[in-house]
Amino acid sequence: MTASALEIARAVRAGERRAADVVEEHLAAIEAREPEIHAFNLVLADEARQAALAIDRRVEAGEDPGPLAGVPVALKDNLCTKGIPTTCSSRILEGWRPPYDATVVERLADAGAVVIGKTNLDEFAMGSSTEHSAFGPTRNPHDPSRVPGGSSGGSAAAVAAGFAPLALGSDTGGSIRQPAALCGVVGMKPTYGAVSRYGLVAFASSLDQIGPFAATVAEAAALFEAVAGHDPRDATSIPEPVPAVGAALDRGVAGLRVGLVTELCQAEGIEPDVSARVREAAEALESAGAKVDEVSVPAAVYGLSAYYLIAPAEASSNLARYDGVRFGLRVDAPTTGEMYDRTRTAGFGAEVKRRIMLGTYALSAGYYDAFYGKAQRVRTLILRDFAAAYEQFDVLLSPTSPCTAFPHGSKTDDPLTMYLNDVCTIPANLSGDPAITVPFGVGDDGLPVGVQIMAPALGEETLFQAAAALEAVAPSPTEARP
Amino acid sequence: MSEWETIIGLEVHCELATATKLFCGCPNRFGDEPNTNVCPVCLGLPGSLPVLNAQVVELAVRLGRALRCEVRRSVFARKNYFYPDMPKDYQISQYDLPINVQGYLDLPSGRRVGIERAHIEEDTGKSTHVGGGGRIHDAGYSLVDYNRAGVPLLEIVSAPDLRSADDARAYVSELRAILLATGVSDAKMEEGSLRVDANVSVHRPGEPFGTRCEIKNLNSLRSLGRAIEYEARRQIDLIEAGDTVRQETRHWNEDDGRTHTLRSKEEAEDYRYFPEPDLVPLDPGDEWIARVDAELPALPAERRQRLAAAAGVEDTGGSVAVAVSRGLDELALGAIEAGADAGRVLTHIEHNLAIEGAERVKPGDLADLVKMEVGGELTATQAKTVLAEMVATGEPPAAIAKAKGFEAMGEDALAGVLDEVIAANPAEWERFVGGDEKVRGKLTGFFVGQVMKATKGQADGKVVTALLRSRVG
Amino acid sequence: MARMARITRDEVAHVARLARLELSEAEVEMFTDQLDKVLDHAADVEALDVADVPPTSHPYPLVNVMRPDEPAPCLGQDEALAGAPQAEAGQFRVPPVLGEAP
Ligand SMILES: [Mg+2]
Ligand SMILES: [Zn+2]
Repeated sequence: MTASALEIARAVRAGERRAADVVEEHLAAIEAREPEIHAFNLVLADEARQAALAIDRRVEAGEDPGPLAGVPVALKDNLCTKGIPTTCSSRILEGWRPPYDATVVERLADAGAVVIGKTNLDEFAMGSSTEHSAFGPTRNPHDPSRVPGGSSGGSAAAVAAGFAPLALGSDTGGSIRQPAALCGVVGMKPTYGAVSRYGLVAFASSLDQIGPFAATVAEAAALFEAVAGHDPRDATSIPEPVPAVGAALDRGVAGLRVGLVTELCQAEGIEPDVSARVREAAEALESAGAKVDEVSVPAAVYGLSAYYLIAPAEASSNLARYDGVRFGLRVDAPTTGEMYDRTRTAGFGAEVKRRIMLGTYALSAGYYDAFYGKAQRVRTLILRDFAAAYEQFDVLLSPTSPCTAFPHGSKTDDPLTMYLNDVCTIPANLSGDPAITVPFGVGDDGLPVGVQIMAPALGEETLFQAAAALEAVAPSPTEARP
Repeated sequence: MSEWETIIGLEVHCELATATKLFCGCPNRFGDEPNTNVCPVCLGLPGSLPVLNAQVVELAVRLGRALRCEVRRSVFARKNYFYPDMPKDYQISQYDLPINVQGYLDLPSGRRVGIERAHIEEDTGKSTHVGGGGRIHDAGYSLVDYNRAGVPLLEIVSAPDLRSADDARAYVSELRAILLATGVSDAKMEEGSLRVDANVSVHRPGEPFGTRCEIKNLNSLRSLGRAIEYEARRQIDLIEAGDTVRQETRHWNEDDGRTHTLRSKEEAEDYRYFPEPDLVPLDPGDEWIARVDAELPALPAERRQRLAAAAGVEDTGGSVAVAVSRGLDELALGAIEAGADAGRVLTHIEHNLAIEGAERVKPGDLADLVKMEVGGELTATQAKTVLAEMVATGEPPAAIAKAKGFEAMGEDALAGVLDEVIAANPAEWERFVGGDEKVRGKLTGFFVGQVMKATKGQADGKVVTALLRSRVG
Repeated sequence: MARMARITRDEVAHVARLARLELSEAEVEMFTDQLDKVLDHAADVEALDVADVPPTSHPYPLVNVMRPDEPAPCLGQDEALAGAPQAEAGQFRVPPVLGEAP
């Protein structure tokens, strides 16, 4: 197993290892297994080598190469990279090279990290299996016949397969946490506004957040610290300084109040083995000194319905700009109107069309109040109920995904069953609160199970504190390693 | 069409005088090379995000207060429709919660026009239709320039309080004057930084308003007036022919002087408005509003009121409005203040100061000129000449009159000339002495004219008239 | 179980026009069925009485986020047009546009 991001950064900064060698090791790992896994839409071998050399030169020159010096990072392919194709795994962005870098990409560079490739996703981050990609599905490193989850399946698989110690994904309804759980890695969705969305190709603007993937909680914390913080280019970016979470990792959970969310543990479709792991996790935390109790968050049961009205509505508007005029695919036609129709029809896949249709309907005249308007009010109820729960508990516990990694094709025919994968992760997107998934043993099929921890807005310190503690008491990860 | 009344409401879009665009740092500038004032944000590239320009809010509040609006907490919304000059295929605007509501604007005529709302929104790019003589329908293809995309606009919506083409023109001129006075916009209709759409309907007074049509493409005050008159006539003819007016959007064609159907109500777009999730609510708050109020310059309506009051006239239109629109109201106020006859002051400003450099005239000098004129030292004609010289040289009127030899004749000298005129016209004198007021009135003109002739205009009409009267007691 | 369909084929066809998508008969069929299922699942939300609950459009409440009116660097004309499917004379070229902007 390759070294952790923290060990790599320490060694590179100390001049004990060359960033160039670190990159070669990971490129070798990619070469060996990528054809089977298909985690990447694009491997940036040459760019990564160049960046690594620059880091090594800075070390030799005695400069500070940054906290993540020489650490390879995989980027979800919906994060804009200047001059480098950014596809969102969609045909409609064919040939497009953004003229600018996303804020998180700039911050990675400042931290000395090395971008090693752009990872596969469900088209425009719409999906829970990475099967809805124009470039073909990604496979789960633990069992290639299974999905890696989604939509950030490529990033999750890249970390699980050792292609990169760190990866960034985006999470709108669980797109970081669910694939992390299915791939047996740590995945975290920050407080809405803690990480700049500038340069993240929008799916649902009021729900999207960028977050880290890593093998361990400590590595995820390091990546979070590197990319988080206020950005004047994102009007929804939180001005308050983001808590330094690294310091909280070894505080333990003595006295921490942990609430087990009844509605999420009993949500439709939760497999028994998954519920069992969550209960064991709660008990393990209790024996580690935490005060664990059940808590009811009544409005949580409306999360899925509200989400599947709000997210598609915002998406239907965000995806209007893919019209064949300024960038990407154009299918020619005698008039601009027909050009729009043909371009969008040819450029978008079925799942994206489905969500655009649903969202357009939810916003259309006569239905706004019944659907989008109603969902926004339900969102208020969910915020209130979680706020109430956080008055009695420091963090909340639930399953991340209702099930372990499922076979390819098993859920693609019925959208609703696919949507049910997000039932436990959606509430944190609606409330804007931070949440993280930590691997905790395996299911009956021997595949990884993830346990979700949630905390109040800007509660990242407590979130990582609890996550590190849970990781410490979790069954040895090796049983769940590929 | 006396029995018919035309009901007009106007929607004015004006571009704001900022350095940069509404949501990005690209220059807000007219006439540059195409697609040079653009960035990922105003091109609507994937991943880009809007950030609100603070100066836009400052100018929006300024205009809101100048229009006596309530400035409120507002929320941006997306107006969704596909069109190539709209980079994101939605326009960021304000919908159910606009920043300015419930204001008004007073026309020189005294009519008060309600302002329903004045909200912030972004401008579109510009499409040029190539081939087919630039006409959109049979164009071969179109070219799009996004330099204007994202330029800040205020959309100012009036209540249906206007009743004629003249009202509509007066409203736009007044709004323009306010936009200029407050520095909110350069308000150039010819450059498209001020654009007007008109909602027109007709009804018989006492009956409810008729079905309205929205008229677009009004690029000058002239076409605004012509279009409203044409459209009102069209609607009246329809109704009188037993037909009905269909609610629709119509396009004014300057060439054939008609309006043509663009879109019927049925084909109206479904804009699917919803709150813009990339922006947060805007709430300038009392402090901001109070500061803007304190810094607000005197507006045309107040200036007209002040001048009319000083001149002791009711009418804020006419010469008072002219003085204000020419920016000569301070001069007029100063002269009246200095004791000059208000009527003469306003007459000079309206008729004799429509010239370059008029603002250079010192109030005291204008007052002195008017006093000399009223005191008979200068005739009206001479005063006009002296005034022109005052503008040109800045010399005081007395010096100019002396230099020009404008010493109006004293009363004794005039009496002598009058005796000669009477001797030369015995018949007229007979009728004057024996005649009633009407006859005398007529003949006064005759005798004054004769005296003027004899004195080559050096006489003061008023003095001659007084002398005539004194002769018949 | 015969319950009232929540969305009709005509509505689906109309929505497709609004969204600028061309759907085959089969796709209209499929989407009508699938959207109906999703909307039926959303019925629990539709049924809630939340008239007196304010809507939430931003999870983290911020207000008056503004930038100073200061110029920032633009893209060059060729950068701006680099991704254009068709460009001419420094502008984006599109097929003829029917109808004025709304
Ligand atoms: Mg408008
Ligand atoms: Zn720009």
